[in-house]
Amino acid sequence: MTGPDTTELLRIDGLTKQFVKDDMGVVALRDFSLTVERGSFVTVLGRSGCGKSTLLNLVAGLVPPSSGTIAYNGRNVTGPTTEIGYLTQSDTLMPWRDVRRNIEMPMEIAGVPARKRAERSRELIATVGLDGFERHYPRELSGGMRRRATLARMLSADPETLLLDEPFGALDAQLRKEMQTELLRLWQGSGQTVVFVTHDIEEALLLGDRVVVLGRLGRIVLDKPIELARPRDADVLRVDPAFVALHGELNEALKEGAKT
Amino acid sequence: MSTEVAAPSHTVPLERTWWERNGRSAVVWTARTVLIVALLAAWEWSAERLFDLTFTSRPSDILTRLVEWNADGTLWIHTWITLQEVLLGFGLGAVTGVLAGFALASLPLVYRVLEPFIMALYAIPKVALAPLFIIWFGIGLSMKVLLAAATVFFLVFLNTAAGVREVDRQLVDAVRLMGGGRREIALKVVLPASMTGVLTGLKVAIPYALIGAVIGELVASNRGLGYLINDAAAQFDTAGVFATLVVLSVIAAILNLGVSMIDRRVGRWKPLEARR
Repeated sequence: MTGPDTTELLRIDGLTKQFVKDDMGVVALRDFSLTVERGSFVTVLGRSGCGKSTLLNLVAGLVPPSSGTIAYNGRNVTGPTTEIGYLTQSDTLMPWRDVRRNIEMPMEIAGVPARKRAERSRELIATVGLDGFERHYPRELSGGMRRRATLARMLSADPETLLLDEPFGALDAQLRKEMQTELLRLWQGSGQTVVFVTHDIEEALLLGDRVVVLGRLGRIVLDKPIELARPRDADVLRVDPAFVALHGELNEALKEGAKT
Repeated sequence: MSTEVAAPSHTVPLERTWWERNGRSAVVWTARTVLIVALLAAWEWSAERLFDLTFTSRPSDILTRLVEWNADGTLWIHTWITLQEVLLGFGLGAVTGVLAGFALASLPLVYRVLEPFIMALYAIPKVALAPLFIIWFGIGLSMKVLLAAATVFFLVFLNTAAGVREVDRQLVDAVRLMGGGRREIALKVVLPASMTGVLTGLKVAIPYALIGAVIGELVASNRGLGYLINDAAAQFDTAGVFATLVVLSVIAAILNLGVSMIDRRVGRWKPLEARR
C-alpha cells in the first residue's frame, strides 16, 4: 500500500491486546499492523472470534492496547474522539430516550444549540427513513429500525471515519441488502473513511474497495483491493466471473486463516 | 429502504360492544362486591349466634364505633399522627437511601468493603431496634419516624445501588464514543438507567413505612393508630380494634394506589434487555 504520505489516515503498528482472566492472559489480537487510506472503504472479513471486534474497540479508543500503537491522523489514539464514529454490534440506544432525542444525543454532548439539533435530527431521520417514528422509544421499534436510529445517531456527530462492526448481522436478508445500499449511498461523495467488519464474504465484496481477511488472533491472511465497478448490485454480481473468482479466493483465505 | 416503514403500526377500528370492552372488569368488580357483602353478612349473622361478641365483635358495632370516633375526632387525631409518621419516615428513608445508593454504588471498592455490614444491618428485624430508639429518642413522633425510615432506607438503598451497578456497560461506552466525560456518563446514562431501581425501591418500601410506624406505636406511644389498637384491646373493646384495622387497611389501600401509579410511570420504557 502507500507509504507515509497524506492519504494515510489510520496506521496500526504491532497491535496486541490481551485480557486478564483469572491468572491467565487471553490473547485476542497479536502483532497486528494495518494502514487505511483516507476516504477508502475497507472491509475486514473474518470468522467470529478472530479479534475483529477487539480491533475496532481498540481503534475507537474504548480500550487501551496491551502493546503497539494506533495513529489516527498522525496522532496516537488514547481515548474515544468524535472524529471516529463507531457502530457496535449491539444496539446501544438509550431506552429512556425516544428516537429523536437519541439521535440528538451526540450533538447535545457537543453543545450544539437546541434548534440546530432539531433541524439536523429531522434531516437524519429522513435520511434513514424513520419519519413518523421520532417519538417512539427503542423498545417500540423493530430491530431494523433500531439499527437505523443507531446509524443516524452516529452520523449526527459528523464523524470523518466510520467503524462498523457487523452492523447488519442481525437483520433479515432483504433488510440487510437495503441497508447496504443505503450505507453506500451515504458514503459515496461524503469523503468519509469506512472500516466495515463482517463475516459475510458477499457483503465484504459488495461494499469494500479493499478486503482484509483475518485469521486467528488477527493474522492478516489476505489483503486485496477490490476493483469491481460501482454501483454494485448483488444480483448482477453473483454471476459475474470476476466476483465469483474473488468469492472463491476469499473463501479459501478464510479456511486458511482458521487453520493456524 | 422503505419496505419496513409502513404506517406507525397498523390499526383497524373495531366494533366492540360494551360487554366485549368492559365485560371482564365488570365481572371482577361484581364478584368482589358480592364477596365482601357476603362476608360481612355472614359475620354479622354469626356474631351473636355462633361466637362470643366479646371476641369477634360484628360489622354493625364496628361501623358504630367508626361513626363515634369520627364524631368526637378521635379517628382523625390518631390517623393524622400515623400518617405524619409514615410520610416523614418514608421521606427520610427514601432521600437518604437514594443518596447513599448513588454515592456508594459509584465507589465500587467502598461498596465491596461495606456490603456485608450493610446486609447484616438490613437483616435485623426492625422491631428489635425499637427499644434502642426509645432510649435514644423517647416515645414521641421521632422514634416512629426513624423506625419507619430504617426499613425504607435499606429497601431504597439496596435497589438504587443495584440499579446503578447494573447499568449497561455498552451504554456507558456509547456515551464515551460521543465524547462524553464522567459528568455526561453520570447524568445521561447512570441516572436515568438506575431510575428503574430507584422506583422499584420506593415502590416496595411504601408498605414498610406504614408497618414501621404502626409497630413503633404498638411498642410505646400515647397517640396514633397503633396506640388506638393497643388501647382498645386493653379494654377488651374488639369493635375498636377492628375499627382501627379498617382505617389501617384503607390507608394501606391508598398507599398501594400510589404504588401502582409509580408502576405505570416505570413501565413507560423498559430497558431493551428486560424484554428479551
